[in-house]
Amino acid sequence: MKALLNKPLVAFALIIVVLLVAAAIFAPWLAPFDPLIGKLEDRLMPPVWQEGGAWMHALGTDVLGRDILSRLLYGARASLSVCALAILVAGCIGSTLGIVAGYVGGWVETIIMRVVDLAISLPVILIALLFGVLFGPSFINIVIIISLLLWSQFARMARGETLKVRAQEFVDLARTAGCSTFSIMWNHILPNVAGSLIVLATLQVGTVIIMEASLSFLGVGVPAPWPAWGSMIADGRSYVVSAWWLCLFPGLAVLVTVLALNLLGDALTDALNPQLRRELGG
Amino acid sequence: MARAESAGHQHRSNHAPQALKPALDQTVLRYIAKKLLEVVGTLLAMSVIVFLLGRLTGDPVSLLLSEYATPQDRATLTRELGLDQPLPKQYWVFVSHAAHGDLGRSVTGDRQPAMQLIADRLPASLKLAGCALVLSLLLGIPLGVLAAVKRGTALDTGARVIALLGQSVPVFWLGIVLMYFFSIQLGWLPTSGYGDWRHYVLPSVSMALFTVAAVTRLVRVSMIDALSSEYIKLARIKGVSETAVIWKHALRNSLIPVLTYMGAFFATMITGAVVIETVFSWPGIGRLAYESILSRDFPVMQAVVLVMTAIFMLANFAVDIAYAWLDPRISR
Repeated sequence: MKALLNKPLVAFALIIVVLLVAAAIFAPWLAPFDPLIGKLEDRLMPPVWQEGGAWMHALGTDVLGRDILSRLLYGARASLSVCALAILVAGCIGSTLGIVAGYVGGWVETIIMRVVDLAISLPVILIALLFGVLFGPSFINIVIIISLLLWSQFARMARGETLKVRAQEFVDLARTAGCSTFSIMWNHILPNVAGSLIVLATLQVGTVIIMEASLSFLGVGVPAPWPAWGSMIADGRSYVVSAWWLCLFPGLAVLVTVLALNLLGDALTDALNPQLRRELGG
Repeated sequence: MARAESAGHQHRSNHAPQALKPALDQTVLRYIAKKLLEVVGTLLAMSVIVFLLGRLTGDPVSLLLSEYATPQDRATLTRELGLDQPLPKQYWVFVSHAAHGDLGRSVTGDRQPAMQLIADRLPASLKLAGCALVLSLLLGIPLGVLAAVKRGTALDTGARVIALLGQSVPVFWLGIVLMYFFSIQLGWLPTSGYGDWRHYVLPSVSMALFTVAAVTRLVRVSMIDALSSEYIKLARIKGVSETAVIWKHALRNSLIPVLTYMGAFFATMITGAVVIETVFSWPGIGRLAYESILSRDFPVMQAVVLVMTAIFMLANFAVDIAYAWLDPRISR
C-alpha cells in the first residue's frame, strides 16, 4: 500500500477520488446555491474569468439561472451513489449466483452459467434502454438497469474463484466436520473469493460512471430536474455555441472522475492481485 | 479496461505461426453450425425478453397505441394481437410477425411501420460504424506496434496516455467538444448532419477513440510478448530484416487478441451509435432509438432492439468464423 502511494500519479488520483467522495457526501453544505432553483435574471452567466462572470457563480449559470458549481456537486452525489448502489446490487446477486454455481455444481451450475453466458453475449445496453422507455427515468430504475449490465461479470468471476477454492483441503475438512452447504459457502468460500470480487468491483467503477452519464444523457437516467452530469451535458448541448460552459464542466467532471478511478483501479489491481488482470478475460 | 489488456495473454503463443490451412473439414463445419445455433438461440432469448417486457408493463394496447387512439382502434389491435389468447400463443404470433418483418407501427406521426423506419436508417448507421471500425484498426494497430517496439520512450508514454484518456472520456461529450472546436470555432467541418466525407470525420473519430484506445493497449501488450518469444529470436538469427520481424512475424500473432476483442468492440459500437448519432444528428438507427426513447415509442424501440441484436450477433458470428480460420485450434 505504501509503495502504491509513492507513485505521484496514483497518489494524485487517490486525492481526487477522496475529494469527489467528500464533495458527494457534503454537497448540501458545500454547494453555494440550491441546485434546483435558479434566478432567471442571472441566466446563462459565464464563469468568473470570462467577461460578465462573477464570483457568486464561479462556474456560471445555466438556462434557468441555476448555479453550475452547485449542480456539479449534487451531480457527483447522483453519479457516485448510483455507481455504489449498482455495483453493490450487481456484486451481491452476481457473486451469490456464481458461488452457488461453483460450489453446488450439477444442473444448478449449468442453468446459472447458461444465463450468465446469455447475459454476456446479449447487447444488454439495448435491454436497458428498452427498460428505460417502459418504466421511465428514476433513481431506482437506473440502479436496476446498471445492475442488469454488470451482474454477469461478477457471477463468472465468483464461479471461477469458487472452483479454485473448492478444490482445497479445508473445504473438504469443513464438510467432514458437518458444516452445512450454506455455512461452507458463507464462512469458507466467500472470504476466500471476496478479494478478487472487490478488485473486479474497483475496476468497474469508472465504466459505471460513464454508463450512468450516458444513460442520463439519453434521458433514461437520473430524472430531471435532479442534476446529473450526463443530463447537464444533454441540456447544455443546444446552447453550445453561446454558452460552452454548460457542456464543458460536467464533461470535465466525468473525465477527471473516471480517469482518477481508472488509474486507482489499475494500481490497486497490480498491488493486490496482479494475477487477476490476466484472468479478467470475458 | 484491464480486460482489454488481459485478452492479450490468453492467446499467447510461443510457437512459430505455422501455415494455417483453412481446411473446411468436419470439425470446422460442426463449429460453424454450433455458432450459428448460438446466434439463433440468443436472438430467440432476446425476443422473449422484449416480448415479456412489453407484456409485463400492463396493457400492451395502450403501449402500442398513442393516447389519441379511438376505442375502435383499441378493439382492433386487441384482436390483431390476439390478447385474448394465452401467453405462449401471443408470443408465437409476435415471433411469426417479426419473422415476416412486421414489428408493429410507430405510435407517433403518421404511424409508419417500424421496419420501414429502420430500413431507411440502417445504411447511415452501418457506414458510420464501418468508418469507426476502419479508424480503430488503422490507428490502433500501428500505434500499439510502435509503442511496443519503442517501449519506454516518449512514443510509448504518448500511446499509453491516449489509451488511458480514450477509455476515460465520455464519447458523447467528446463529440460535443470536437464539434465546438472544429465546426463552430474553426469552421473546418460541418456541425452535424449527413452528406459527403466531411460529415463523417467528427462522428467517426469520436466513436472510434474508445476502441482505438482498446486496440492500442491490446496490440502493445501482445506485441511485447511476441517480440520476446522464441520464434522471433529465431527469425532474427536467421537474418530476417527487423521490419519484417516486427510487421510480419510478430504482428501476425498479436492480431488474434484484437479479433477476440471484436465482440466487445461491437457492443461498444451499439452504445456509441446511440449517443454519437444523437449528438451529430446522424440519420441512423441509433438516433432512431433516441427519438423513440424521447417519444416513449415502444414498438419502434422494440424493433430497433431486435434488429441491432441481430446485426450484433451476425457480426460476432463473422468474427468467430474468421477466428476459426486464422487459428484452427479454436474449433477443435
